[in-house]
Amino acid sequence: MSDHGSIIYLEGVVVDYDGFKALNNLNFIVNYNELRVVIGPNGAGKTTLLDVICGKTRPVAGRVIFGKDQELIGKREDEIVKLGIGRKFQAPSIYANLTVWDNLDLSLKRPSKGVFSTLLGTSTAEERKKITETLVTIGLGDYAGMRAGSLSHGQKQWLEIGMVILQDPSLLLVDEPVAGMTDKETEQTGRLLQSLAEKHAIVVIEHDMEFVRQIARIVTVLHEGTVICEGTVEKVQSDARVREIYLGRQKVTHG
Amino acid sequence: MIRSLNMLSHNHIPSASRADVGLAFWIAGFVLLILMPLLNVMPAEDSWIHLSDFSLNRFGKFLAFAILALGLDLIWGYTGVLSLGQGVFFGLGAYCMGMHLMLTIGNESVYGSELPDFMVWNQVKALPLFWKPFYSFPVAILGAILVPTAFALVFGFLAFRSRIRGVYFAIITQALALVAWLVFNRNETNLGGTNGLTDFKQLLGFRLSDPGTQRALYVLTVLCLGGAYLLCLWITRSRAGRVLIAVRDSEPRVVFSGYTPANYKLFVFVVAAALAGLAGMLYVPQVGIITPAQIGVLPSLEMVIWVAVGGRGTLAGAVLGAVSVNLGRSLLTNYFPELWPFILGGLFVVVVLLFPDGLVGIMRHLKERIQNMRVTALSAEEGLR
Amino acid sequence: MLKRIGLPILLALGLSIGAADAHGTVPPPPASPLEQALSQITSGDEAVRDAALRVVVELGDSTLISRLDDIRANADRPVRLAIKPVMDLLRNRAKLESPDPDSRRSAATDLGTSGKTVAIPWLDQAAATESNKWVRYTMRESAALLHLAGDDHSAKISAVRTLGDLASQNAVPALQEFVTLGTAAEATEAQQALAKVASVSIERIETWAAWSSAIETIFRGVSLSSILLIMSVGLAIVFGLMGVINMAHGELMMVGAYATFITQELFKAFLPTAMFDYYFAAAMPMAFVVAAACGMVLEVTVIRFLYGRPLETMLATWGISLVLMQAARVYFGDLTAVVAPSWLSGGVQVMVGVYLPNNRLFIIALSFVCVLAIYAILFRSGIGLRVRAVMQNRNMSACLGIPTRKVDAYTFAFGSGLAGVAGWALTLIGNVEPGLGQNYIVDSFMVVVTGGVGKLAGTIVASLGIGGLNKLLEPSLGAVYGKVCILMLVILFLQWRPSGLFAIKGRHADV
Repeated sequence: MSDHGSIIYLEGVVVDYDGFKALNNLNFIVNYNELRVVIGPNGAGKTTLLDVICGKTRPVAGRVIFGKDQELIGKREDEIVKLGIGRKFQAPSIYANLTVWDNLDLSLKRPSKGVFSTLLGTSTAEERKKITETLVTIGLGDYAGMRAGSLSHGQKQWLEIGMVILQDPSLLLVDEPVAGMTDKETEQTGRLLQSLAEKHAIVVIEHDMEFVRQIARIVTVLHEGTVICEGTVEKVQSDARVREIYLGRQKVTHG
Repeated sequence: MIRSLNMLSHNHIPSASRADVGLAFWIAGFVLLILMPLLNVMPAEDSWIHLSDFSLNRFGKFLAFAILALGLDLIWGYTGVLSLGQGVFFGLGAYCMGMHLMLTIGNESVYGSELPDFMVWNQVKALPLFWKPFYSFPVAILGAILVPTAFALVFGFLAFRSRIRGVYFAIITQALALVAWLVFNRNETNLGGTNGLTDFKQLLGFRLSDPGTQRALYVLTVLCLGGAYLLCLWITRSRAGRVLIAVRDSEPRVVFSGYTPANYKLFVFVVAAALAGLAGMLYVPQVGIITPAQIGVLPSLEMVIWVAVGGRGTLAGAVLGAVSVNLGRSLLTNYFPELWPFILGGLFVVVVLLFPDGLVGIMRHLKERIQNMRVTALSAEEGLR
Repeated sequence: MLKRIGLPILLALGLSIGAADAHGTVPPPPASPLEQALSQITSGDEAVRDAALRVVVELGDSTLISRLDDIRANADRPVRLAIKPVMDLLRNRAKLESPDPDSRRSAATDLGTSGKTVAIPWLDQAAATESNKWVRYTMRESAALLHLAGDDHSAKISAVRTLGDLASQNAVPALQEFVTLGTAAEATEAQQALAKVASVSIERIETWAAWSSAIETIFRGVSLSSILLIMSVGLAIVFGLMGVINMAHGELMMVGAYATFITQELFKAFLPTAMFDYYFAAAMPMAFVVAAACGMVLEVTVIRFLYGRPLETMLATWGISLVLMQAARVYFGDLTAVVAPSWLSGGVQVMVGVYLPNNRLFIIALSFVCVLAIYAILFRSGIGLRVRAVMQNRNMSACLGIPTRKVDAYTFAFGSGLAGVAGWALTLIGNVEPGLGQNYIVDSFMVVVTGGVGKLAGTIVASLGIGGLNKLLEPSLGAVYGKVCILMLVILFLQWRPSGLFAIKGRHADV
């Protein structure tokens, strides 16, 4: 039972892959409408953290509580999504053979996403308006009819963010949103996320420290499956342990 | 060469695909429904444009297969689920109709008894219980569609709910086809054993040997094909159809968009099974025989190659592939029977490696080439001026 | 002149007539009882004949057979019919002393079913000096069976007990008869006593039969599992490494089997007969190499273009399988026979009712060796380490400089070679025909699907499970419904573990 009005509450979570502990007694709390950034070297367990929340991976110990008292462990992935958790994957995961519009249309939150409602349903004007607005927000207004697979890498990332936004989740999990983007695109993405943070809780995993500085208020540092430091960007950057694990680790440019 | 053919990328999804049934549908409809029967009836028998009864009948068989191919295209081409066991559903439908036809032979059978010949041969004294309902024609029709549907519902539910996917699913459908073949071959299941059900005489009072009856069956098959095509078109054009494509391309993302892929897969699997049953039902009176050899591992695999050759992911491709491959097989096994397995095997390899978009893909590619050439010709002209 | 010719003729005639005795046959020089009996065989009187034959049997031996044959040739039908069993008895009596244990055994069996109690002492004598356990068993069994046909009541009772001790299945019909007779209303005391002993023996025999058939079933299950294992392990490795299900795997087995056949023919044609049995050993590397080469060609021309597309690979390899099958059919025809080498024919009788054929024992041993070899290669060698690295993380391995494409090609060739070895082994228990691969291939796929691709253990457990279940269900459900049952169980099993028994854990691409 969460007591601080947090949106996601992990306590003592352990994930074990044949002896290798990807998450080792992890505690992690994010509040409503908070924008939290999670950093850490490769293999620290950042993506596994998201996997646990989404139900993709099942921990062998610990609790994962969503909202007031929704225990997430044991629930199927699609059940967890329906509770209001959205995820943007590390590699752009969009529907390559459908148009940009269709990508968004499919993601749009609707009362029912069952077979028969999608078979028989049509888009209302209200829904079309929402999609158009989102298109503009993510800067793909001119590309509605384009096959999504033909977009540039950065555009694909935005499309995916747009798709996640349209689901109207309470908690957004964003895995390396600016990987492969230009500086300008990175900045735009930062602003987009910050505007979203006013109405949604967002957890962002990133490596790009410039970007982190741009958007973060609180940063969590993971290492070998546990949280070793948590606080503002300045606090984290001056922490001795954090320096130690990052010593010699240059910023790795992706893409 | 291989790579360039593989990357038939279209930046814009042509708007034609979003409009109504295209021109091709109406042309094909006209040819199949009106022109061909006319060519069978009207010209004199020795005229060169006369379409023989045999050819028309054969085409009826091909079109029945096309119905099955449409269903298979829905699950494989659109949803990315490879089923190597469609022959089972085809067989269930075919045997339902076959049982009814066996029972309508009545006293005209070789042994002159009420019981089907193979039962007399096997010294079965009374008609087994499960045969009895098939005296009735409506039962046969409903059974041909509902039995495979029910079966697919159970099998699919168990399979998809537990997230069996990809290769594993294909393998268990293949095992299903093998097991079905084994069971249907047994004499004690009272389904005709290896020899199957045959020697049919009449359907609803019409003699099956009468060309008029066969012509009517052909027309019925064309109409059913048209209906099946429109049904599949409706499904694929709807949002559900787009979800299917999404499931094929990126299942994890589909889950995260809030859908339950298992339900969609189950839905199309059941639709495909129903279509296969319908195909079986139309096949049997036209071909006159159904044996376990049509429902096992190899026939189920051939069905997949129909869709692959025609062009998976496009409904016209499914129909085109079913007709062209079966036509080719018909012609070749007449003249070079030993060659057919080589050709079939070769087709599998060549289509998968070189022409993954099938005939429809080739035609589209050519069309683009022609368009490009026209554009460059035009701009060259402009440049010259 | 007449007198000159006539006198010697008369003399000869007179001598011969004088020589003829009262019965009208020619008496032998010193008249031994045996010779006397031999002369009386052809008598028209049945009683005389039978008495004579009895003497012949008791006193005669196998040297008489040719004489008896001559007598037979000139005799009429009733005599011929009477002589034949005597000849058989004598023949078998001689065979009881043959140097070959199988001959001794078959002689004992024949004598047991002849119903001629005269053979009893022969069998007892032979059994006393017999060194081979199972021949001795047959001799004792046959002697006891013969006692049953005799008249000595106490001998019968002890024979019934002996047959119970020996757990002899052959005795059951006769024993049943005793029981029926003894429990009938008019049964005598003797018959009742016999019936009691008989039913006790029958019970013992049947209990033993139940145990031995259980053991045989287990053996058959293990044998089938070992076959499935050899077939599936190559498939599982390739599937685990490249996500490729090679549907031509069965045909690569067929290639191995045909390579064995060709080796056999070459040995027959070019090498002395004494060397013939060695063809089998020579055929194994042949089978491996030829199949591996085919696999390599397959990988380079078709499979390497289909990475990451497992469903397409299934279809393309199925096409190859069709081509290979038809090619074999066209080139070799439908049936070719491979003769098992002599050291592999026959088998081991472990206990009464349990006979383990050598060829199946060989295959079981081979499967052990295969598993150990693969384990050694995969887990103890450098190349194995590379294979496992690529299996678990392809991209990372490529970054570390491992030539992933080469690893794929070699692994695929190795898996194909294993299929060839499976084909080589299968020639011991089946015919070499184009459809050879098809018989077990769907079962192999099921093994791979059930076992998962993470660990070798999965394949082993799954083959044991599926092979064992197959043979367990066969007696009660029949082969076909047994298969139906197994398919349903696999589907239900996959509900619980959709990626198989031992799938690789951790983040990996969904296949």
